Order: sequence, then structure tokens, then C-alpha cells
Amino acid sequence: MSTVAESRLKRQGSLEKNPGLSRWLRVHRDGTISIYSGKVEIGQGVLTALAQIAAEELEVALERIRMVPADTSVSPDEGVTSGSLSIQDSGAALRRACAQARALLLERAATRLNVPAGDLRVEDGAVRAAGRSTSFWECADDALFDCEIDETATLRSPRDYRVVGKPAPRRDLPDKIAGRPRFIQDMTLPGMLYGRVVRPPHNFAGLISLDDIKVKSMPGLATIVREGGFVGVLAEREDVAISAQRALRIAASWKEIDPLPRDVYAWLKEHAAEHRVISEKENADVKSRGVTMLEASYTKPYISHASIGPSCAIAQIDDGKLMVWSHSQGIFNLRRDLALALAMREDAIVVRHVEGAGCYGHNGADDAALDAALLARATGGRPVQVQWMRDDEFAWAPCGPAMALSLRAALDPQGNIVDWQHELWSNGHSSRPGRSQGPALAAAWHLSTPHERPSAINIPLPSGAADRNAIPIYDFPNQRVVNHYVREMPVRTSALRSLGAYANVFAIESFMDELAQAAEIDAIAFRLRHLEDPRGRAVIDAAARRAGWSNWKPVEARGHGVGFAKYKNLGAYCAAIAEVEVGREVRVNRLVLAVDVGLAINPDGVINQIEGGAIQSTSWTLKEEVKLDARGIASLDWEHYPILKFSEVPAVEVELIDRPELPAAGAGEAAQGPTAAAIANAVAHALGLRVRELPLTHEKIAAAISQST
Amino acid sequence: MTERFRLIINGAETALEADPDTPLLYALRNDLELKGTRFGCGSGQCGACFVLIDSHPAPACDTPLWSAAGKSITTVEGLGTGGVLHPLQNAFLAEQAAQCGYCTSGILISAAALLAKNPRPTESEVRAALDRNLCRCGSHNRMVRAVLRAASEIAP
Repeated sequence: MSTVAESRLKRQGSLEKNPGLSRWLRVHRDGTISIYSGKVEIGQGVLTALAQIAAEELEVALERIRMVPADTSVSPDEGVTSGSLSIQDSGAALRRACAQARALLLERAATRLNVPAGDLRVEDGAVRAAGRSTSFWECADDALFDCEIDETATLRSPRDYRVVGKPAPRRDLPDKIAGRPRFIQDMTLPGMLYGRVVRPPHNFAGLISLDDIKVKSMPGLATIVREGGFVGVLAEREDVAISAQRALRIAASWKEIDPLPRDVYAWLKEHAAEHRVISEKENADVKSRGVTMLEASYTKPYISHASIGPSCAIAQIDDGKLMVWSHSQGIFNLRRDLALALAMREDAIVVRHVEGAGCYGHNGADDAALDAALLARATGGRPVQVQWMRDDEFAWAPCGPAMALSLRAALDPQGNIVDWQHELWSNGHSSRPGRSQGPALAAAWHLSTPHERPSAINIPLPSGAADRNAIPIYDFPNQRVVNHYVREMPVRTSALRSLGAYANVFAIESFMDELAQAAEIDAIAFRLRHLEDPRGRAVIDAAARRAGWSNWKPVEARGHGVGFAKYKNLGAYCAAIAEVEVGREVRVNRLVLAVDVGLAINPDGVINQIEGGAIQSTSWTLKEEVKLDARGIASLDWEHYPILKFSEVPAVEVELIDRPELPAAGAGEAAQGPTAAAIANAVAHALGLRVRELPLTHEKIAAAISQST
Repeated sequence: MTERFRLIINGAETALEADPDTPLLYALRNDLELKGTRFGCGSGQCGACFVLIDSHPAPACDTPLWSAAGKSITTVEGLGTGGVLHPLQNAFLAEQAAQCGYCTSGILISAAALLAKNPRPTESEVRAALDRNLCRCGSHNRMVRAVLRAASEIAP
């Protein structure tokens, strides 16, 4: 690996923050190796891929690797498992840690066997030389790894890989498929009580009064906990806690809130607080050649995480120490915010990760942890489990922000884009714990001394947030991209898979098609004409070939379309081609995706992530919109927030372009934007009419048709 | 008021003292420690808590104990026999047909009910049979492939 990659790794921080070798691994006498990563399994298969990396550099069998769930008391602090960075951050750190560990083990083995290190023959941890033998398991002790990772150990060459780059079955799936307890929702501790929290209809609303007389006498109810406007119940039985929660909801009266905006996109444009030009290129000569001007506006609604399993946590307070089990993406940040909310010292709190249902960004996991901790203060040391109900999850988990986008461009007489303008309006895309002065945990805003509700912020470029992928990857001589940040939040927003990239790529790639049509050039040829990046061109070509783009036969009400992006303009390349049929609703028949993540650690894991990302994006694009009414979020169940069903899921084909010599990039967020754009372009192709408002429902299509006539 | 209920779970008879309106889901998960049946929505809309009641997939979250009493109930833990996985479960492993796995139990239950009725379903019959189950991670196609694989292994 090049020195450029090394210095980038340093900046990324996993080793910089956690330089001690013993922080990352421990070799045991029984022939197993514990690997400590700060990254967590959220349904994406990352612990399997990290185990492959460790097995590869240690040159031991994959089965010897034990991945230790992240825990603030033992694991390296690797921030948040987000942004498709786990392989880059934790993978790169583990690779170096394991290479150094192996070198130290071999050094010790050589001393023990009294031979030069070069004479050792090593196989799966067994070391032989001169007719004698020892092993990693005999050579290791706690002192051996008590040093800093200096990054001098030789890394294995990708050409020699035997574990990395080969499909590996997910390590967590045997339990999950057998139905064995594995999720935090399944965890039970001795003496555990079940808790539920009674929440207002909207997170701005406060409690006025609570008539809890009738509920207090409910059989089986342990207690009602009240701290200011925070109301919770505890019971020996989970079903009793739920009944009490329901009854208290009816018995509580909440302050009215200001009505939410009817037209959220107009509201965003009126309330922008900061206007930042994030990219500007000027070439007046070329600009003056523009003859055809186009402009178009696009919108993307609030989207819900909508995990099948609502958020859950367990907390226990014992002798002034708080222990929390959580499916949080960032256990160290959660610990910090718990300390702030509970006025405790951070070192009196341990947060341990336990796997939860699918996580697609900042959901309610962290909030549920504070809920459980607050209720655990009232149990005299008994642990408390809190699981949110379905409506809690829809109403209270942060939403992916609504966005409005306006694009303008000019074409020269030959059909080249000579000017490109992109403006976007959005709330921030992160209100995660650990990033603002106060705790970013819902219950903290309703305590007797309430903490201030933080506004969502944006991660700066190059990763970006609302403006993620807003800067076009195409080569335009003139361009201007403006991010209008809206601080005030009608509903709570935070990170949802791919952040602003979903809307920005949808808008950019839709507009590219509108321009191609104006220039009377094939959509793929038009993209290639404006794209130099060879890896980008390769995925577009591969997808077009696999889909049979140039052999398309026109059929009434059917269309095909393409979408392309390089995630964050830094990570994975992905091109998608969609084939659709438009009747009363849009049906996506087929999706073909070509993806380049550099080195694919677990190729089947990459394909699984791309398939899943594409299908989830199809669901967002065709169906999903959080509905608001005067009281707050009105889509509180699956009937009002429908997602894609089995019979509606398209055939998905993924072509992986293998580049073992290039650094590995994450795959979890590469497909969302390209898929949305491909579907929108296919719908436009089928209808001969552009629909610029997501989701592409019957109502939105009908509105676009009536506007065009 | 609590009552005593006789339940037949995964072929074994068990008795339970509880409020008749207690959802079967909590009896399974918390009284009988069968955690494979999972809470998703509480109103039968997502399928995460599906169990077989007299061979029909039904949401345990929406089935009060009084209506389950005396009936034969199969949970995901009871799909296999004697510690051996059901062919569907083996096929799900072979196809790596999951991401988070939270919806998996309910989907296995729906698929088992389908194969019991229709041992050689077409792909669209599989999709139709799983339409009451939601999956959020986008593992649908792998799961459909796994069901078809299991079908071909059970009834070649």
C-alpha cells in the first residue's frame, strides 16, 4: 500500500486515537484470537468482513477469530459506525494491528526456537523450525502487545490474499436464521422490569397534566416514573407495561404546537439561515457558447428509517454505576450524552453494543438508551428493558430530511454542458449524540430541567451531508453549487443512509437526462461525453452492457433509465439501470447495477449491500413519504407508511468490478442515489413526461400530467 | 383477572397462568422464552411475529391467549426437528438470505406454511405468500431464492 494511503489512514483516525496494539487484539491459549473493533454489526455484515481482514494479516484460519462486541470499557473508540467507513477506518487499523502482532509473535517464536526468524515455517498459527515447534498461542502473553502500532510491519500483498476477497458467510446469520436469541430485543437479565415511555405527539410539545389515578391501580404495574414532562411506566410483564403506556397516553394532555408547514419545500426556501457556495468554476468564454438553457426543481420528502424492529435498550444502575446495552451506532458518543443528560461522570457509565434490527442511520437506539437509564433510576438496582412501540418509532426517531433542489444548465450547439448550477435547501443531516453541547437524546428535552433540543448540523465536505454528492462528478467548465442550510426544524431530522446523496444524485442524474433529451443524445453517451473518470466510465459501461441498453425495444408504457454516482465523490462507484412499467402505479421490473468498491473484502457481502441498498431505494423512490398533520407526524403505522412488498420488488442483478489493487471502500450507501435516478429516468422515458417530486406515486404522476397539459 | 391456559407449542403441551387478553407474543417470548418470534408493529401489519396456528401463519402480537388456547402453535424454534434445522433454514443460510435478520423468523413461518400447502411453488407464488411480511433491508430476492431452493430440496 502506498504512502499516500498510509497518511490518509492516519488522518481517518482509528489508529491515531487508539495507537495501543493491545487495544485491538488478544491471542488466547486455546488457539482463538479476540479482535476488538469499535465498529458494530448493524445488519450490514461488517464484523464478518473485519474478521476476514484480521485472519488474512495474522495468516490464521477465519474460524479462530472471535469478534468482541464493542464495549466502552474495552474497545477502541472508533466513533460512529456510519458513512460506509468501517472498512476504511477499522479495517485499515486492524490490518496494521494484526500485521504487527504477527511480526511480534514470530519474533518471539524465533527466540524460543533459537533460530533466525527467516527459518520459521508458519501455518495457521503453528510455528516450526529445525525440527522443533511452537505456536502463536504459546508465544502470546499480555505483555507482548503492550506497545504502540508503528505501522512498520509488512502488510500482506493483495495478490497473496486467501481469506480477503473471497465470499465468507455472515457469522451472525446462523443464530438469526435458527431463531435463537441474538438481538437486544431478545436479551433478558435476572430481575428485569419492562419499561415503556409515554411521549407527546410531537417532540416540541410538553406535558400539561397527567391524570394517572386509574392507571396507578392497574394490576401488575410496578410504578409510574415522572421527571418533569418525561413519563414512563415499569411493570413485571411487558404486556402490562404496554397497556399502562396506552392508558397514560389517553390520560395525558400536551401543549399544542405551532402548526407544521403545509408546503415544507416552500417553507425550507423561506427559512434558509446560511448560504454556502461549495463549488465554483468559471470559464466565461465557454459559458458564452450556451444556446439552450434548462432549469428544473426537484423535491425529496422526509423519509423514515422504518426498521422492522423498533428501538430497544437495557439499563441497570448498581452502586452508582450505569450499565447500558444498546444497538447504538456510536457507543462512546452515547456514553458522553448519557453522562450529560443524567449528570453522571462518563467513567461511571459503560455502554455495550448488542445487535439490533436493521439500522439505516441515526434511529431511536440512542434515545431508548436514555429512556431505559431514566427508568432504571427508579428500580433499586433492577435492570430495565425499554422497547419502543411501532408508533413511537415512526413519531420519534429522527427522519431523513426533506430537501428542495433547483438546477439550471446551458448547452452549446453541439450538446455539451457549458454551465451547471445546483442549489439545495435542507435541514442538517446529523443530530447524533456526541456532536453538540447538550445531549442529543429525546428524553433529555422533557426532564424537569430540560436540555435544549439541538439543531441538526452538516458534516463538512468532502464527505458533506445535505450537500453530499451535490458537486457533480462530471467535468463541466462552469459550475456553481450552493447549499442553503435551514437550522429551524419542523420535525427532528438526522442521518439516514446516504444523507443528501440520495436527493442530490436523483436531481443531478434526472437533470442530466433532461439535458440529454434536449441535446437529442442517448442518455449514456451523454454522460460518457461529460465524464473523464475511468472507473466511473467503467461502471456505466458495465451496467449498460449487462442490461442490454442499446438493444432496448420500445413498448407502450415501458421505459428504461440510468443513474450514476461515486458515493461522496470519494468512495464506491455505482451505475444503475432500471426498467419500469407505468400503469396506475410504477412497477420496477428489473434493476441492473455495476459497482466498483476497489478491493471487495467479502464480495458476497458487497453484493448483498448493493442489492439491499437498491431495493430500499426503490421503496423510498416509489412509495415513501412521512406525512405531517397539525400535531406532528401522522404516518404512524405500516398502513400509512407503506414500504415495498415482496411482490413489488424488482429483479436485481449486481455486477462487481473487482479491483483488488485499490483501497476498499464501503458499499452500504453507494446504490441509493443511482437507483432513484435510474427509476425516475425510466419513468420519464415510459411516460414521455418528467416527474420531479418524490416519491413517484400515482398522485405525484397524476399531478405532473395535469401540470403539463 | 388471570386464567390458566393450555397451549400446544411446537408439539409439546404447556400451561400458563395469564390474563386472557395477553397477546400470544409475550407469552411466547417472556413466559416461555421463545425469543425467535419478534415484535414489529403490534397490529399484524409486518409479519415479524408470525407463528403457525393450526398450520396457518398468524400474527402472535394480535392473537390473544384465549383464542390460541388448545390450538397447535409452531414458532420458528419448532420448524426444525430434534435440533436439526428445517430445510428452509438451511436454504436461507446457503443463500445468505438476510441482512439484519429481524424479519427472518416470520418469513420462515410464512414460507413453511406455503411449502406445506404447495410443495413446488412458482416464484410469483412465493412472493405472493410472503407479501404479508415486511423486510426493510432489501433481502427479498435472496429469500425468494432460498424458498425455491428449499422447495426443490424437499420435493425434488
